[in-house]
Amino acid sequence: MGDIVLQILNGLDKGSAYALIALGLTLIFGTLGVVNFAHGALFMLGAFVTVTISKLLSFQSVTLSETETTAWGSPLEIREPVLQAWFGDFGLWMIDYTVLVSVIVAIPVMFIIGVVMERGLIKHFYSRPHAEQILVTFGLAIVLQEIVRTFYGANSISQSAPEALRGMMDFGVVLGFEPGMVPYPTWRFVYFFFSLAIIGGVFAFLQFTTFGMVVRAGMADRETVGLLGINIDKRFTFMFGLAATVAGLAGVMYTPILSPNYHLGMDFLVLSFIVVVVGGMGSLPGAVAAGFLLGILQSFASMNEVKEIIPGIDQIVIYLVAVIILLTRPRGLMGRAGVMED
Amino acid sequence: MSKSNFSRRGVLKTGAAFGGVLAAPTFFTSAANAFTNAPGASAVTLGFNVPQSGAYADEGADELRAYQLAVKHLNGEGDGGMLNTFSSKALDGTGILGRKVEYVTGDTQTKSDAARASARSMIEQDGAIMITGGSSSGVAVAVQGLCQEAGVIFMAGLTHSNDTTGKDKKANGFRHFFNAYMSAAALAPVLSANYGNDRKAYHLTADYTWGWTQEESIAAATEALGWETVNKVRTPLGAGDFSQYITPILNSGADTLILNHYGNDMVNSLTQAVQFGLRDREVNGKKFEIVVPLYSRLMAQGAGENVKGIFGSTNWHWSLQDEASQAFVRSFGQEYGFPPSQAAHTCYVQTLLYADAVQRGGDFNPCAVVEALEGFEFDGMGNGPTLYRAGDHQCFKDVLVVKGKENPSNQFDLLEVVDVVPAEQVTYPVDHPMFAGGELGECNPGA
Repeated sequence: MGDIVLQILNGLDKGSAYALIALGLTLIFGTLGVVNFAHGALFMLGAFVTVTISKLLSFQSVTLSETETTAWGSPLEIREPVLQAWFGDFGLWMIDYTVLVSVIVAIPVMFIIGVVMERGLIKHFYSRPHAEQILVTFGLAIVLQEIVRTFYGANSISQSAPEALRGMMDFGVVLGFEPGMVPYPTWRFVYFFFSLAIIGGVFAFLQFTTFGMVVRAGMADRETVGLLGINIDKRFTFMFGLAATVAGLAGVMYTPILSPNYHLGMDFLVLSFIVVVVGGMGSLPGAVAAGFLLGILQSFASMNEVKEIIPGIDQIVIYLVAVIILLTRPRGLMGRAGVMED
Repeated sequence: MSKSNFSRRGVLKTGAAFGGVLAAPTFFTSAANAFTNAPGASAVTLGFNVPQSGAYADEGADELRAYQLAVKHLNGEGDGGMLNTFSSKALDGTGILGRKVEYVTGDTQTKSDAARASARSMIEQDGAIMITGGSSSGVAVAVQGLCQEAGVIFMAGLTHSNDTTGKDKKANGFRHFFNAYMSAAALAPVLSANYGNDRKAYHLTADYTWGWTQEESIAAATEALGWETVNKVRTPLGAGDFSQYITPILNSGADTLILNHYGNDMVNSLTQAVQFGLRDREVNGKKFEIVVPLYSRLMAQGAGENVKGIFGSTNWHWSLQDEASQAFVRSFGQEYGFPPSQAAHTCYVQTLLYADAVQRGGDFNPCAVVEALEGFEFDGMGNGPTLYRAGDHQCFKDVLVVKGKENPSNQFDLLEVVDVVPAEQVTYPVDHPMFAGGELGECNPGA
């Protein structure tokens, strides 16, 4: 039983990331009608905001030793952490909470990246066929990942969670299990609740603000909203920035779970796209529900007991579920009529 | 009515004449060269096939640095590096058999088909007489097969699967790097001494040729100690999040996790295993332990603090104090500003060994190179006395057992050598069951 609860937690955790990326992906599709294959790259860029902040915060001053040398005969470099020297304990605290500092920095950075991406490239493809949109955004994703590889290399870069959130929580005790049956990393709980907060925030923004109302109206009938004298394009650009920020924040918070590397975006892109399709193109609740559903199914399919019955199921389960759902409900779980049906 | 001026006989005659003219240069070339890509009088071209993109691009970049350094040393530039410590004194810094060494590079992308395509291009378009490099066993096996068909020598880079010199061995292929069996044989006594002989091990294994042979080797070695194998779970290559494979370990009764992963898979699975508190657990009255059979400093950098205290094995490490290793570290460090990786070391050594074999054999013909390398015993390359065994073209030398360093003094000082296991302890017969199934065959000079 403990194993099943653990796999549900794994699924919720994985599903949180899928849901956050898929949410932005479907938001862009719903507003701008663009299938953005560079969305995974935005998740990766968010992760590398953390890496960059980490490098800046742990910046070290270098002095060359006059007495000691390296194994190859050069003077030994003596490194001193600058932040710690300048700010003492506060500097150490900043380094420890790199991920949270990165969240604050990533919000404007990712928003600007999103807006620049939309205004600079993607707006030129609004009236083009979806196949061209996919090609150009996929190309953009490759360019972005290669830029990151040039600066940061191909190896994964380890990033720790803050020390206070690094340990384990005995979740089983909450459910009445024996102590030690369902231990789970605290940071993964943090990630789950963080994603719920972001998802809730995006829904509340769209549901309860005038801006959100106009955006929803634009999603339903862009032409009529335009005829009312509302500049819907500006609002949609803002939504692209928002979607980029959501993906970026998902990436920032994911770094202690998965050491970022330049290929991170591609690893998540295909899965997130399937999540959007299964949830229903353009459906925000569908993306969230499908994200968690597929995350949990993937975790269960990885259980040894399941793999003994169907070997290799862990590697195909998501695609299998996508095929079954699309055969039975061609619009996805919560897809609207008329979307991509012309 | 029109009348054609072409007669059937005329067309055949003209065709035969043209065919003869076109075929003549090929014929004469074939007669002149008894082997593929025979070099001219002034230069010889080597093909460095390394991952320049993809997950192993950093390791590939280090391999390329080592190759460039080797070329410099072969051409008499720089401080000579390990040419000064190499037991064979055939090379004198005037290139290979008096020809200046030049090179071309290819990008394997760590994909077998891309690696074969780049190797083929270097052989057919650039005239490379020897192909070397790579950071994956899948790639090594694929390129080795191609080189055998094309009639050029393949000096493998970083490849650790038993299959490279086991069931997939080829007469034209040679491996200096150690293998999964050797890692297991070297690690077992150290694991026994530190963790005892009553352990329950759980394996997470990368689902491809290297992972399978690594799992088979380390499971056999630990079971021989008396350890019980609780489970062997295959994980897809590049799984990213391993949490769904790690959580079943928590209640499995296992007290040891063996991670048969390399590269970013190793970084992620190890980081997440530590994150799930495995190293803080106590199972069966023992502290839970993690073992990483194949270590690399570049990967250890990615895993950060999580490698501390974890045992593994490695082919070579820059902190070794023997004269040869120090010469190589000095040479590489002065050139690039940081110490070389084990991948860089094996690639550098392979280039020198190839050049030396040609020099000693007095011929670039691949069959002469094979003859010179088979059974060749040498020293002064950083791994102690070494034998290139004739039966399978595998190098037999000391193996390093390492541990993640508790208090690193700098960013490169991540692993400490805890034991240098002598070659005799990791040697196995050519017909060992883990290496059975393939034939070395005959050398192919090509052309």
